[in-house]
This record gives sequence, structure tokens and C-alpha cells, in this order.
Amino acid sequence: MTTDTTKTAEATLAGETSRTTVLRWLTALGGLATIASTFLSWTYTDEFPGDLTVYGYPGGLQVLTLVAGLLVTLYALASLDIKGLRWLAPTGTTKALRLLTLGALGTTWFTVIAIAVELGGVVNLEPGGFVAAMASAIPVATAFMLADDTRKARRAKELPSWAEILIIVAAFGVGLFAVTYGIDTEYAELFTGYMITAGFAAAALFKAGVMARLSALTTKYRPISVAAAFVAAAAFPFTQTTDQFTLIAVNILIFATVALGLNIVVGLAGLLDLGYVAFLGVGAYTAALVSGTTASAFDVEFPFWAAVLTGAAVSLIFGVVIGAPTLRLRGDYLAIVTLGFGEIFRITVGNLDGVSGPQVTNGPNGIPNIPDLVFFGYDFGESHSIGGFELGSYANYYLLMLLAMILVILVFSRAGSSRIGRAWVAIREDETAATAMGINGFRVKLIAFALGATLAGLAGTVQAHVQSTVVPEMYVFAGPVPPNSAFLLAAVILGGMGTISGPLVGATMLYMIPAKLQFLQDYQLLGFGLALILLMRFRPEGLIANRRAQLEFHETDQLDVPEEGLPSSGVGVAKAGA
Amino acid sequence: MNDMTTTTQNTKTSTVLDASGVTMRFGGLTAVRSVDLTVSAGEIVGLIGPNGAGKTTFFNCLTGLYIPTEGKVTYKGTVLPPKPHLVTQAGIARTFQNIRLFSNMTVLENVLVGRHTRTKEGLWSALLRGPGFKKAEAASHQRAMELLEFIGLQHKADHLARNLPYGEQRKLEIARALASEPGLLLLDEPTAGMNPQETRVTEELIFAIRDQGIAVLVIEHDMRFIFNLCDRVACLVQGEKLVEGTPETVQGDERVVAAYLGTPFEGAPGGEEVAEVEAAEAQSTTSTTSTEGETQ
Repeated sequence: MTTDTTKTAEATLAGETSRTTVLRWLTALGGLATIASTFLSWTYTDEFPGDLTVYGYPGGLQVLTLVAGLLVTLYALASLDIKGLRWLAPTGTTKALRLLTLGALGTTWFTVIAIAVELGGVVNLEPGGFVAAMASAIPVATAFMLADDTRKARRAKELPSWAEILIIVAAFGVGLFAVTYGIDTEYAELFTGYMITAGFAAAALFKAGVMARLSALTTKYRPISVAAAFVAAAAFPFTQTTDQFTLIAVNILIFATVALGLNIVVGLAGLLDLGYVAFLGVGAYTAALVSGTTASAFDVEFPFWAAVLTGAAVSLIFGVVIGAPTLRLRGDYLAIVTLGFGEIFRITVGNLDGVSGPQVTNGPNGIPNIPDLVFFGYDFGESHSIGGFELGSYANYYLLMLLAMILVILVFSRAGSSRIGRAWVAIREDETAATAMGINGFRVKLIAFALGATLAGLAGTVQAHVQSTVVPEMYVFAGPVPPNSAFLLAAVILGGMGTISGPLVGATMLYMIPAKLQFLQDYQLLGFGLALILLMRFRPEGLIANRRAQLEFHETDQLDVPEEGLPSSGVGVAKAGA
Repeated sequence: MNDMTTTTQNTKTSTVLDASGVTMRFGGLTAVRSVDLTVSAGEIVGLIGPNGAGKTTFFNCLTGLYIPTEGKVTYKGTVLPPKPHLVTQAGIARTFQNIRLFSNMTVLENVLVGRHTRTKEGLWSALLRGPGFKKAEAASHQRAMELLEFIGLQHKADHLARNLPYGEQRKLEIARALASEPGLLLLDEPTAGMNPQETRVTEELIFAIRDQGIAVLVIEHDMRFIFNLCDRVACLVQGEKLVEGTPETVQGDERVVAAYLGTPFEGAPGGEEVAEVEAAEAQSTTSTTSTEGETQ
């Protein structure tokens, strides 16, 4: 509290400086105070997870507050036009500052309230906790008193290409660290705090225009960026010491891969498929049946590559068989029929138990004991030491699944930007006009449907080995554990239809939130329902929008002047900016 | 413009489109009744008629959107298949009365979609990206850009189709249709909603298309436009062809005037139809009178 009063005194002393400058300095000081408060002890006992009792060493949630405070300070200093910090906010600082201060406030107050609630009363807070709460509130007040300074981004300074590449690498490094931190959070409070901090920080970076700069850079060095993204993704298991969080990561990858496959069907071709998870099930069951497990009805053991091909092929056949009659329907009718087929798969598999039908799948008990994969003597079920890093069983599967995802991304991007991809989008836009342009609507839709099914089947074959058991209840329409049809669709819509990174982000969030916040189990679906409604109201194009969707949903506040692609970009942009 | 019209002689005899006895019934309603129409190579044929005369229905019969109840349509001697995409592949392209662009695709992408029937690259070649794929894509892009230059939209290739002004959307629809390399272009009211200036530009565009050796069949309500443009004009009334001939003949035909203005012309052949029109108008309410007002 004493620090606050001195700050106010300082501020009033600077009478000649304008109100804005004072407010900005106050914000910066508030940020600094927030940072300082994390070095204090916030509570008496170490019963609250993360041990917040230590002076001079931030722990657990305090680290998040520290990061949020640091960002507030940095942006407040950037708003004061301090040299060397201007790159932080190409399109204005105020909106970013508001979001960041809210993030710091949210994280800090969440922590303080969680301490009070969990330990039974405000009495459990040390003065440090109160200081933190007050310190994080100051910048919010000052930031919201600031006038909006949103401006058009100036042309980025030309940097040597090695520096730009370095920026890309650094950005992916930060991204990997942030995601790893989220996956590694050990208790629900820390994850909630992480979500608050990360959410507000990401929104602030978007508002400040940093993300736009970064995406301009990644488009410029596309191959390098793609490589960096995959290296960052592949590096994840090397950061882990136990299998606990790698399992989460594998499941995220499976979920995201299937969501990407669904994005071809829904995002590109515009076919609303509500039974998509059935194809994942077809792939998984096929792989299980030919895996050589004793529970399988067939006494065969295929090598993995053959199992993958079989799983994908069987899924393809199912896709064509289901698609051929249903794709003559449009819109809502297609959705209803696919929903029905998804359920038919689950119920059929549940009945092939030797009692209601022939004994193939063991009915509701599923197929257990699916053996681990072995590639040329490399057993996926055992730990291996590579370059001094211990890779556990799930790490092996993680890397395998990453390969599968790369394949799906490759298929998505290549098919999307070709004659067939344009035909899909044309069908989605206006089927009558598309057929009048010579597109065989049924054929093109069937290709999309079958391709989506094949990719899901492929992911399913890996999933069977990761889970080592397949049961019908894994492939329901809606349930608490992703992937299921409803969550897959939610991941695509939440992330952004028709994009590659959209479903990845959507799937990551939709998997991590229920996995980390176990106490939410009962309210999860309610929460997602609310989140989706809010999203549809405020950002109907999804978290990550492609340019097309962005223009589609926000026609009033977008100028349709493509930033790239104009022949004389330098002159054109300069004119547009003037 | 007039000198261009006069230069086209009726010497070209090769028939591009031959529709004979086309009848379209929807339940008890006969929208088109045994209409015969031929279009020869290098010809611009106009199709006029009051609202609800069955012009667009006739168009849909030609392009495979509807399968005619009776009659047959041949294109360059072969009977047209009853599927729209096969008709386009055979060489008939069309535009729509109410613009049907792929509004969330870029201008260039719209034209590229029009190239669909003239390219073959399937899913596999898209996934494998062999040299053939790149060549075909490059060729398609080049052709699409040429077409955009032809209609004067090359500088807007990266804009979304929905954000183009109305007149340019109409032009883009024509370019998209031309991308399928048709032998016959069907234009459904290409100047609807345009000002006189834009109409003149469209007129020149259609002449330029004709000069490329593409036959054109136009539906239009703008009489000055149609009589300037067309070598031959056919008038549909109540689903039947009332008269066909040179613009002068049709313009001077009192039955056409009667059909448009709604006044009976006693003793004239075709008086029955006019009487039918009258009867229908007498039955119907204000909606008909309002449409009649528009056509005038």
C-alpha cells in the first residue's frame, strides 16, 4: 500500500506532463508493483498447491502473475514510446494494455480468491496477497482511463532475413514453451490461472498487431515456419520426464488429427457430418482386429503398415457406402442421416458379441490387450534413450501420431488449393451454380466424404494401439471425453472452419480443459454450450479465421484490399496507408 | 454498334443448338409448351416475353437443370444429357438471372472454378503434385487471367466476389461461364439492374464474345438492348413461342405488343393466347398488375 501512495505522489509531481503520460506511467508502475508482489509470501501454509509461502521466490500461480505483470509493464513502457519497445505494438497499445491488465487482475484475484476459498477464509492470506491484489488492480483502472490509440500499422522495418528467421524460430520456441507449460500444469488451479493469463495475453498480442506481423513473417518464410512448427511439436516429448503429460499430448494429437480430417468435410466441402467419430472407430476396430490380440476374432497379426492401410481402406469403404446414398441429401437432412449412421456404428459394434449377433467385437467389452507396435525391433511399449533423453512409451506414440498429423495437414493443404478443393468450396457456396459450371456435385462431395473417412480411419489405427483397448463407448455422439462427434465439430467450429491451425487450437483447448479441470466434469457440456454461444455471437468465424471467413462475417469493418498479391505492393500499400 | 449488327449475315448455317418441341410441365401447370428454337454458330439470338412467360424455365431445360417433359435438345448434333455438369462439359455455359457467384471465393477462383470441365487433375494429382499438376494449374491461371483481362477485372483478381459492385459481378459471371470454353453461351438477363452506360458496355462485351465464334442466346427485358444486339429474336408468351424473326419483324408484330401491353388484338392469329393472358390477369390480384407495370 505504501508504494501506491508514493506513486500517486510522483504522478502529481509531474504536473507538466499530460494526463495520458501520467496514466501510462501509473500503469507501468502498477505492473512493476504486481511483479514485486509475486516475490512476497501470499499465504501462511503450504496447503495451497504450489507453495506460495516463500519470500523472494515466486512459485506456482505467482509465476503466472509475474508473467502477466511483466507484460503489463512492457506494454505500458511501449505506450510511452520508449526506444526499442515500439515493435511490441504496431497497431496501438491501449487495447492490448486493457486486456493485459485484465489478465493480470484475473490471474491474481483468482489466486487470492482460490486461497481464501480453499483454505477457509480471507484470514489465510498474508499481506503479500493483499498487496498483489491491490497492485494488479491499479493498472486496470489507469488502462481503462486511457484514450484509445488504435492506429494503422506502419510498414514493418526491413530486417535482414537471418533476423526475421530468428524471430520466427524464437516465436515458435515461445509457443512451444507456453503450450508445454499448459500441458505440464499439475493442479487445476494452476491450469485455470494459465488459461486466464494465456487467453488475455494472446488476445492482447492480437490487438497490438504483433500476431499480424508474425503471420506476415511466417507467410514470407513459409517452408522455414512450417519446419519450425514441426520441430517445436516434435521437441515436446523431449521436454518431459514422465509419461503422464505425454499421454495427454498424444490424445490431443489424435483429437486434432481427426478434427482436421473433419475440417475437409465440414470446412471445405460444407457437408455437416455429425457421425464422423464412427470412421475413427472403424479404423481403430480394424487395427484392433488385425493386431494379433488374443481377444480378436481373427487370428492374424498384421505388421503396422499393413494394419494402417487396412484400417484406412476399411474406413474408405464405409465412407463410400454411407456417403453414396446420403450425399444426395442437402443441409439439415445430411446432418440427421450422418448422426444416425454414427449411432448405428456404435450400436452395431456393441451387438456383435456372439449373443445378439456374430462374435466379432466382444460387444460392450471391446477388444483389450492390443499389443504395442514394434518397428524393426523398436518396441513402442518400452522406453528408449535417444541423445541422452529418455523417451517413454507414449513419447514414441506421440512422434508416430505427429507423423500421421503431418500427413493429414499435407493432404488438407494440397487438396484444398487445387482443382478439387476449389470445387469443394464452390459446392459449399452454391451447389446449383457449381453444377452449372460443370462440377459433378455428387462425385466431388463423395470424394470429400471418403477422404475425410480415410484420414479418420488412419488416425484410428494409431489410437487403437495408444489406448491398447477399443470399446464402443469411445465412439459416441456426445460424451465427456473427446474425441466424439460433437466435440470434433466443436473443435472445428471453435478453432475456425477451413483453416489448418484452427482445428489444432480448438482440439487442444477442448481436450486440455476437461483433462485438467476434473472438477468440471459435470458442468463441462454446459460450459461448452455457453462458450460456443458466446463465440458464435462475438467471433462467428472461429478463433483462427481464414481471410475468407473473416470477410464473410465482418463485412462492415473490413476493407477488401488484399495485403499481398498486388503487383506493385510497395506503392500500393503506401497509398492505402496514406 | 449498329454497323456491327449489320455485318453479320445469315449465311452461317451450322446449327449449334436445336431445341424441338420442348415442353415442361410441373404437375398440372405447363410452363413451356412445345417450343422450337435453333441457334446457329456466330449468331446472337434473343428471347423475350412478359414475366412468367417461361423463358428461364426454357433455359433450365436447355442446361439440364430441368429435364423437359417432352421434346429434345441437341447441341451440335448430339442429344444433351440430362445433367447440368454434363451439359456444361458438352459446351453450353450459362449465367443466372439472380447472380449466383461463389461469393466467398476470390474473383480469380470463381473463374478457375469455371475451368473445372476443361481440366482433369483429380485428387491424386493434387496430393502428389507432379509436374503435370503444376503445368495444368499454371495454364488454368493464365487462361483465367486472360478472361479477367477480357472483361476488365484483372486488377481485382484477389478481391472476394461478394465485394464487387453489381455490374462487375454480372461481368464476372460471364467470365466464369466463358472459362468452360463453351460453344454456346446462355445469358439470363445480363443487364438487369444496370444503368444505360453499363448496358452499352455489356452490349459490346457480348459482341466481342460473338466475334470469338461463340453463339449467344440472351433473355432480356430491355427492348432497345435486345433489338440492337440480336440477329434473331423469339418471343415467348404463356410458355409458347408467339413469333420469331429479325428484330424488325418482332418489333413490328402487333401480337408481341399485345402480349406486353395486355390489350387484345381482334382477329389476329394467336388471339387465343392473348385472351388466355387476359383471363389469367382477370383472375389474379394486384401482384400481376404490379409485374405488368414493371414490364412496361
